[in-house]
Amino acid sequence: MEQTNFQLKKQDTQSQEWSKRLHHATRATREDWIGRGVSYLCIGVIILVVASMLWFITSKGIATFTQNHVSLWKFLSGTDWSPSQGKIGALPMIVGSFAVTFAAAIVATPFAVGTAIFMTEISPNKGRKFLQPVIELLVGIPSVVYGFIGLAVVVPFMRHLVGGSGFGIISATFVLFVMVLPTITSMTVDSLRAVPRYYKEASLALGATRWQTVSKVILRSATPGILTAVIFGMARAFGEALAVQMVIGNAAVMPKDLISAASTLTSQLTTGIGDTIDGTLPNNALWSLALILLLMSLFFNALVRVIAKRGQLKHER
Amino acid sequence: MNKGSKLAMGIAAISLLLVGCGKATSSTSSKESSAALSGKVTAVGSTALQPLAAKAGSNFTAKNSKVNLTVQGGGSGTGLSQVQAGAVSIGDSDIFAEEKDGIKADKLTDHKVAVVGMAPVVNKDTGIKNLKMAQLKQIFTGKITNWKEVGGKDEKIVIINRAQGSGTRATFENAVLKGTDAVKSQEQDSNGAVQKIVSTTPGAVSYLAFSYFTNKLQAVSIDNVTPTDNNVETNKWKIWSYEHMYTKGTPDKATTAFLKYMDSKTVQDSLVKDMGYISIHDMKVTKDAKGVVTQN
Repeated sequence: MEQTNFQLKKQDTQSQEWSKRLHHATRATREDWIGRGVSYLCIGVIILVVASMLWFITSKGIATFTQNHVSLWKFLSGTDWSPSQGKIGALPMIVGSFAVTFAAAIVATPFAVGTAIFMTEISPNKGRKFLQPVIELLVGIPSVVYGFIGLAVVVPFMRHLVGGSGFGIISATFVLFVMVLPTITSMTVDSLRAVPRYYKEASLALGATRWQTVSKVILRSATPGILTAVIFGMARAFGEALAVQMVIGNAAVMPKDLISAASTLTSQLTTGIGDTIDGTLPNNALWSLALILLLMSLFFNALVRVIAKRGQLKHER
Repeated sequence: MNKGSKLAMGIAAISLLLVGCGKATSSTSSKESSAALSGKVTAVGSTALQPLAAKAGSNFTAKNSKVNLTVQGGGSGTGLSQVQAGAVSIGDSDIFAEEKDGIKADKLTDHKVAVVGMAPVVNKDTGIKNLKMAQLKQIFTGKITNWKEVGGKDEKIVIINRAQGSGTRATFENAVLKGTDAVKSQEQDSNGAVQKIVSTTPGAVSYLAFSYFTNKLQAVSIDNVTPTDNNVETNKWKIWSYEHMYTKGTPDKATTAFLKYMDSKTVQDSLVKDMGYISIHDMKVTKDAKGVVTQN
């Protein structure tokens, strides 16, 4: 009797200990909690940074209109940019930015698509061994180096080729073309590789030639991906400051042609920000330019999402 | 020689070194015991003054190791607004605080530390070596557009300006344009960029601080006055400005000592000249914020 009692007691304490252990978090659970905590913290910090940046640029950017009482329409449509005399028409910079962005995208896209087709369809082996590293190298070159090469090579070349001073939209286009080419190419390669294999096989089995298969089937079904690539390239071109600033000439006038000096939103920002005083109109006007840049990059991002969604739907059907 | 004697010699050498060090530190500390200077000094602003301030700053901290002195660029506007906000101890500027909108000049104290002369520069193939002041004005206001109109080659004039609000541009426009607006043209944000572009672009004209002259570009005389330090000192050459170091309120001891060092003979007579600036001590005239020049 006593012995069983003792045994029971022993069992009791043992089960108590077990329940204690079971009700407490194990090491794995605790690690889980810590992991989750750390990642939530990181996300929180990032969201905070992004939100405060948005708030900061927006509040600074609209000060031109709320404090200095410049009308938004005058800011967007005016062509006279002399902030120190109170004239802030941003249209020359807006036009300049769009001109170099679209021109660079238009020039770069055929080259990028051609390179991507070569790398995926024509010669995948050479593509992976030789072209891939070349393109990755182009991505890694700092923009100041592109700008310097532009200033030392492209500007004199354009001067001899088309006359004028050599500074202008055409030089900026050329430099940006080289800068956005790797972005567009590598993303196009990804979208061409994502085309299902049976599309190609079906097309070939129906008797289509390789050219017909590439142009009518592969490129057609990869179109949303290619468009996304182009827009990413345009976003990069739109936001590029240093390289463009070194070759475009930074004259805040409406661009008359491609070979005279013009300016972009970013080039005005980088040349002007050090010489303005916080809280004055010239400084606020620069923040408004920054706000336009921010809104444009948000727009590009939204566009990419819309296109990606449409593309997905197509594939599912 | 056995091990023991080697060891003994080593110890002797080390102790000698230690004694030497001890003596050195004790002597310096006794010399500067009156002012065991410490603290943090930040000078921000003008890129034209930055090289001089940085060099003088490193010489200064070599003597006062406890002072933590930082010199940064950012532009005259940045310097003035940062010192006004109390964010930095010294705001470097090429222009008088009075000339800048949004700066309350009466709250700041001006310390002039050097003088910089500036001159028009042209690309060598224009064939221009001298211009009249009126011609220079007509070029920068867009009235003259070809070099042959002023006795040069038949070539289009390419004007390269500094960014609006730049101290160099303000000085140049005050002296040459006298209130009229410059024609809209290329703008570059640094002396270095202007130097590079003028020397490589045919027909280019701009203006640079004397220290940026190279043999690849042509500095232009105005009314047959050559751009030299001596002509600036007597105001015969009109395009020059002070390099200012602005402080707000009562600066702390370290900042005061640094400003005093900047004005000392050590800096003014050697460093300032070596780096292409003009010593404030050599000036025979004084210019005020309104541009009025008086003989000393």
